Order: sequence, then structure tokens, then C-alpha cells
Amino acid sequence: MAEPDLQNVRAVRIGRWRTVDVLVASVIAVAGGVVFWAWDQLWYATTAAFAAFPPAHAVLYGAWLAPGVIGALVIRKPGAALYTELVASIVEALLGSSWGLSVVIYGVFEGLAPELVFLILTYRSWRLPAAAVAGAVAGLAAACLDLVYYYSAWVADWKLLYVVIVMASSTVMAGFGSWWLVRALARTGVLQPFASGRREPVA
Amino acid sequence: MRALSLDAPLASGALGTFNPLAKLAVALVVAAGLLVTVDVVTASVVLGSELACLPVIGVGWRFLVRRAWPLPLAACGVAVANLVASDADGTTIAAISLRLMAIALPGVVAFAATDPVDLADAVHQQLHVPARFAYGSLAAVRLLPLVSIDWQTIRRARRARGIDAGRSPLGMAALFASAVFGLLVAAIRRATRLACAMESRGFDASGPRTAARRQVFRRSDWALVVGSAALVAGANLLALAAGTWHPLLW
Amino acid sequence: MSALIEARGWGWRHAGRRGWALRGLDLRVEQGERVLLLGPSGAGKSTLLQGLAGLLNAPEAGDAEGALWVHGAPVTGPDRRTGIVFQDPGSSLVMARLGDEVAFGLENRAVPSEEIWPAVRAALDAVELGYPLDHAVEHLSGGEQQRLAIADVLAVAPRLWLLDEPTSNLDPPGAALVRDTVWELLRDASSTVVIVEHRVDELVDGVDRVVVLEPGGGVRHDGAPDEVFSRHGASLREAGVWVPGRAPARRGAPEKAGPPVVVADAVTVRYPAAAADALARVDLEVAGSQVTAVVGPNGSGKSTLALCLASLLVPTAGAVRFVAGGPATPYARWKPSELVRHVGTVFQEPEHQFVAATVDAELAVGAKRAQMPSDAARRRVGELLERLHLSHLAAANPFTLSGGEKRRLSVATALVADPELLVLDEPTFGQDARTWDELVDLLAAARARGSAIVTVTHDEDLVAALADRVVRLAAGRVVARTPAGEPL
Repeated sequence: MAEPDLQNVRAVRIGRWRTVDVLVASVIAVAGGVVFWAWDQLWYATTAAFAAFPPAHAVLYGAWLAPGVIGALVIRKPGAALYTELVASIVEALLGSSWGLSVVIYGVFEGLAPELVFLILTYRSWRLPAAAVAGAVAGLAAACLDLVYYYSAWVADWKLLYVVIVMASSTVMAGFGSWWLVRALARTGVLQPFASGRREPVA
Repeated sequence: MRALSLDAPLASGALGTFNPLAKLAVALVVAAGLLVTVDVVTASVVLGSELACLPVIGVGWRFLVRRAWPLPLAACGVAVANLVASDADGTTIAAISLRLMAIALPGVVAFAATDPVDLADAVHQQLHVPARFAYGSLAAVRLLPLVSIDWQTIRRARRARGIDAGRSPLGMAALFASAVFGLLVAAIRRATRLACAMESRGFDASGPRTAARRQVFRRSDWALVVGSAALVAGANLLALAAGTWHPLLW
Repeated sequence: MSALIEARGWGWRHAGRRGWALRGLDLRVEQGERVLLLGPSGAGKSTLLQGLAGLLNAPEAGDAEGALWVHGAPVTGPDRRTGIVFQDPGSSLVMARLGDEVAFGLENRAVPSEEIWPAVRAALDAVELGYPLDHAVEHLSGGEQQRLAIADVLAVAPRLWLLDEPTSNLDPPGAALVRDTVWELLRDASSTVVIVEHRVDELVDGVDRVVVLEPGGGVRHDGAPDEVFSRHGASLREAGVWVPGRAPARRGAPEKAGPPVVVADAVTVRYPAAAADALARVDLEVAGSQVTAVVGPNGSGKSTLALCLASLLVPTAGAVRFVAGGPATPYARWKPSELVRHVGTVFQEPEHQFVAATVDAELAVGAKRAQMPSDAARRRVGELLERLHLSHLAAANPFTLSGGEKRRLSVATALVADPELLVLDEPTFGQDARTWDELVDLLAAARARGSAIVTVTHDEDLVAALADRVVRLAAGRVVARTPAGEPL
């Protein structure tokens, strides 16, 4: 399947964000906030269940990292991953997340990590491998933050296991999952204003 | 139908008069000052002072329970995880859990006392974030209640269409993914229309922009930030004096 | 004196589409004219308004042909002298508070800070929104929100007003509120107004010119209202344009109602953290072969009642019983696969209920979930596609359909399992006359097959054409119930 790289090149040259870019990235973040508000409750509910084997809890982790990658894959402009994940975290904080500013600090790093991946790819690659790596790296950033915040005293084996599980979860959910979602979105025609949505013309 | 909304319950109280960036700076300062060390003294001194300050700044117990109830739960969860996965002693484990709460609390209060419009104004006027981002994100955030209602409708619609998650986690995951997809379509449609409306009102023109509401950084704001920095520094010094200060990274 | 609007051979094709929305459009509008813009769905009315408002000038937005001049110069982008009001206030209001909302446009146009708030107050007073400036936009009714959108534009005092179906999304009281404001605008001789509106009856006296657009083409008819409607009324109605004075035909009901299908007993619903009941002890019996219309102002609990009747919301007290078959378990606890066999629900926004990647699959999902045998299912799907003129779209993604097609598809998905009960929430919102007719015929056919139909609606024409019973709600209670045709 040939990727229309002409569109991508134009998008990079016009790296300036339009209003619709800002609004759609922000609403992806807002949708994330809405979904996670419910997901958060699930997390707390399962805290007790997972207490005996902490890294298992991390299986659910990837979902929080998805907005940044989705934002990047949709908007395809520099800063999209960072912006979307950051706004998602600010929305969570404003909704009353009991983690306060921590959730925003996490958001910065969880957005910066995939942003770096797309930067290294010079914002030209938006296919599955890029998405998967971005997801994985986001997971790495989140896991490291957790190790600093809460799990600095763990023994090395547990730390490693934790990082691996978080990265696996985020590669699947924030990497593959995001890529699949954006591809499905493109087929609905709703991404017409973006390079990510323009492949086959719609009647 | 009940919708999520960003009410800032503390914004109308004493805290509302402070600059939003000042309040967030306090949370940031506390987080930075606490993350450098893992010891019981710093954590408990800061957490204790925060709790003592709450009634002074007009934050009641009911608010605390409503917004911060997961914190003690998470602190316990982390403690148990640490018991299982680490060889640290009891005080370190307690320190980590106390620190978790001490870091989170100022942020919870700060965000609950921050009106999103004020935050956008401050971020644009004082941090010089371009209007496009500050007010673009604000506009999308105003869509939050509508998006949350869409989420409920979309999930109901899947029930009406006969889509059953059943008991299998795979089925639940598929249903969830389908609902998230539907939500994103609905949300992006709203955002695209809103972007069009904003442009029609002159947004995004590269010319200058005036401000209807002013955000300033007053002396009281500086006092707030400096005061909290002093508190955290003091707690660290106490820990040094008590010999419990233990840097994070070795 | 140059015209305010001048289009010469103007055409527009949206990015990513093969067909042109408009082509070869020639139009000239002088200052002070009041123009009603009409056309069937897809005729490019919104496209024309957006073009005039300068919203189609980004390079990736699409392809343009010909010339479009406004205020004596080619359109290059949004202009302060042109104001546009959109159909859905929810998607055009930017800020959370009344005053901030109106101030937004002034800030964008770099109006000096000291002049902003007086201008805001003046604009709000002009549309009779006397609330304090920090009143929450969320707490305004739909009609008030639309008035706010008008105030937004008023504050900048444009010379050209463009209104894109300003009352379509509103209930009758809200529409009346907005119509009054629009009338004020029309009466003000200094403003030039181009308005797209379905409820033509109420506007026709206030405009001096009617322009009818051709889908994919240009101007089809252009002249004074009487002239255009008397000469072309019939063909316009055929094409789907709402023509004044032509009330839709009544679709008669079978001789008597069938057996009861679903019964609500003292149903009460109170949403968490709500001050009052959304529904208070509502009793209702819905019978087969009948259309029951549920009407009432916004907030009266209509949608809540519909959700309870469709087993999509569990009442806080009381119960809803399904008495025309189905599992013996309580209705509110039926599994989705059981539910879909007996009840079809159509939501206000068709896209909320699409779950598949093609139109064909969309219909097949319902059949499969209802556990219809596969050959019967395939036949039923084919039959529905035929009847709803969707066969040529069988492989298309449901989200790419036009508004009318999506609406037909959403109703089809509810009908696929031939349910005993059909619940619809505002099915005729924003439909052109042709889709409206098709929809009503579809529902009448379902009624003839014995289904019980409950429809929540603001559309008085729908009630007149189809309803056998009307149930009126106010503040969560039933305040009147009569057969249709009798005055309420």
C-alpha cells in the first residue's frame, strides 16, 4: 500500500498549526479525559486485586498513553504528541484527579517520549512501526517515572519486570491500538481536513 | 443526563483570587522539593503542614473526601507493592506513601481552585503561549460535557444494537474499542465545526489580539510561591539535621 | 454601486470528494436585500454560506472555480463585515460564560480592552439576554444559546448576515425565540441577510427574494417568493425543498390498536446529584400498530422516558414491563442480544449507533445479534437496502453517507429484526422534505406490520402526519394524553 508522501512533505513544510489542528488535538485529549474518568475508577477498583503482584496492574497502563500517539497520527505536525497528551493530563487534573499536578508531570513526559520518536523520524513516518515504537517509548517514560515516584526501593528484578510489562501494554494499546483507531477514523471521512485522512476520495 | 463538567469548587473562595500559575507553581515546587529525597521526616512535615493549612485557606473536609479519597487507597496499594517487591524497611515504605500524598495534595487543591478560563488567560498573557493553543484548547474543553453525554449515548446505542460484551475480556475489550472509536468520531466532528465557527469570528488571524480579562502576578502570588518553597526547603533541612535525609538517586 | 455579493461561475469541490458541491453559480445580491436560500439536501447551501464567510480559503480545503466577491473584493478569508450563525449552537459557542463568549469575537478583532465590556452588554441586551455576564452558557436553553450566537455576531456589527438553519436544532419555543430575533434583523434595513431555513412558512413574509440551488450546479430559481413558489412549488416539493403552505399528508392508522407491547408502571428516574426527578411516577401503555408521540419542552423528560421504554435506562423506582414476548427476566435486565430481537432504538444522532465498516455489515450486525438464520438475514438486509435506496451504497462506510442517508440507515438497522417495539428520538431533525416523506412512509409501514412505535419529537408535522396518540410531558410528569387530531 503506497503512502502518499507528497501530502506528508507538505504537512511538514506547513508545520504551523491551524485552528482545526488545535481543536481536534484538544478534543482527542478531552475524549481521553472522559474515557479515563471511568477507566480510573476501574484502576482503583483493581488496586486491591493486583496488590499481591504489582506489575500485573501495569497491564492496564497503556490506555493512558494512547491520546498522545493518536494525536500525533491524526494531526501529523510537530508537537502533536506532546500537546495532546499534555492537554489530556490537564483535563484529568481539572476534572479532579486525586493525583493533582503529578498527572500533568506524567503527561509532559508521556507526551515528550513519543514526540521524540516522531521527531527522530523527521515527522515523515506515520505507519504502524512508528506508532508501535512511539507507544513503547511512551510506556518506558511512564514506567521510569513510576520507578522514581513510588517504586524506587524495588529490587532490580521487579523494576525490570515492571518496565517490561508497562512497555508491552503501551506498545499494544498506545501503539497498535492508536494506529488501528486512526486508520478506522480515516475511513469514516472525519479526518478530511488532515493529511492522515486523505487517501481515497469519498463520493 | 448527567454530564462531566469542569466546575472549580474552590475558585469562588479565598484561593480564587490567586493567579492560577502561582497555585500551580506551588504544586510544582512541592513536587520538586519532595522528589529529591525519600525520607519520613520531609514527607510527614510537608504533608502535615499542608493538612494544617487547609482550613486556613478555606478548604473543608468534605471537599477533601470527595476529591482526594483515592489517595490513601493508592498510598496503601503502593505500600503493599513495596512490601512485596522491595527489601526496604518500614520507614522507607511509609516515607514513599506519605510523600505520594504530600505531592498530590497541593495539585488537587490548585486545580480545584482554578477556573479553566483564568488558566488559559494566564498561560497566554504570562507564559506567552500563542492564543491559538491557549484558547483553542479552552474551547475544546468547553465541549467536555457534550462529549461525556455522547459517551453515554454511544454506550447505550451499543446495547440497543444487541452488542453484548459477555464475560470474556476480549469481548469487553472489543466493545470498549468500538465505543472509543464512536466517541472519537463524534468528538472530532464537534471539534471541526467549532474550529470553523471560531475562524468565522476572526480567530487565527495573524494580527494582534486584545484581552477582555487581565491576569496579573501580584505580590501575594509571589509570597505564596516563595512561602511554599521555604516550607519544603525547611522540611528538607530538618531531615538533614535528623539524619534521615536520603537522596533519591543513590 | 457595486453589489454586496457577486458570484460569477463560482464552483466549489470539497477536498477528497469527486463531485462538485456547486458549479457555475451566478448570483448578485445588493446591499439591503433579504434572501432566503433553499434547495434539497446536498444542494450546497451551507457550502455557499461558508464560501461567502471566507471559510473555504485554506489551500487544503478544496478546489474553487470562478469568482466570488463580497464587499467589493474577492473573498480571501473571514471578514469582520460578514457574520455567520450556524445551526448547532453547541458547536459554535466557545466560552463557558455569557460575557466571555461575546467578548471572544471582540478580542479576536483587537477591539481595545476598555470598549469590550460595554459592547458585550449592548449586544446581549439587543437579543434580550438579560442575564449577568458570568451566567453559565451551559444553563441556557437551546434557543437562548442560539440568541447568544447571534449576539456574538451582533457585537461586531457586520454588514452581511449569513444564517445557516438557525432554528433547525431547536424545539418550538426555542425556535420562536430565535425567529423573533431574526425578524428584528430582517426588519433592519441596513443589514443584508442571506438565510437558509427549513421552516419556510414563518419566514416567507420577511424576505424579498428566494434563491433555489441545484445540487452540483448553480442557481435553479431566483425571484420574489410568491413568484418562485407559485410557479415551481410542486417540482420543488418533489425535489425535497420545504415549500410553504404544503402540509404533509396524513398517513392513516389501521382500524384499531394492537395488543399492548410495553407498559411503564409508576416509572421514576432521578439522575445522581440531580435536584429533581427527571421522570416522576409516569404510567404509560404502548400498544402495537400505533404511533405514540411523546412531546413536551426540553427538559421535560421525553428522552429519559424513551430510554426507559427501550430498556436503556434503569428507572430509580417503578418498572417497565415488556408484555409482547421475550424472556421472562425483568425488562431492564435483558441481555443486549435479547433486546435487539424485540426492540429497535433510533437515536437522535445516527452516527452514535454505527458499529460496522460498511452499510451492508451495519444491517447484518442487527440480524446476527438477533440470531436470525443467515439466509433469512441476507434476504432481509437486501430487502431493506432496496426499500431505502441504499443498495448502491452497500459497500460504503456508514460515516461517509449524507445526512439523509445516515438517517435512513439508522432507522433500517432498527427495523432489521422486525421488532415489536420501535423507539425513536427526534427522527426528523434537519431532514429535507424528501427524506422526511420517506421516513414517515417507513414508519407507517412498520406500524402496518404491527409494530408499536414511540417517537420523541418536536416536529409538529410529524405528529400531524403519523401520531395516533400524543403524550405530553412537563417537568417529568404526563400532563396530557390524547389521540392525535384532537386539540391539546
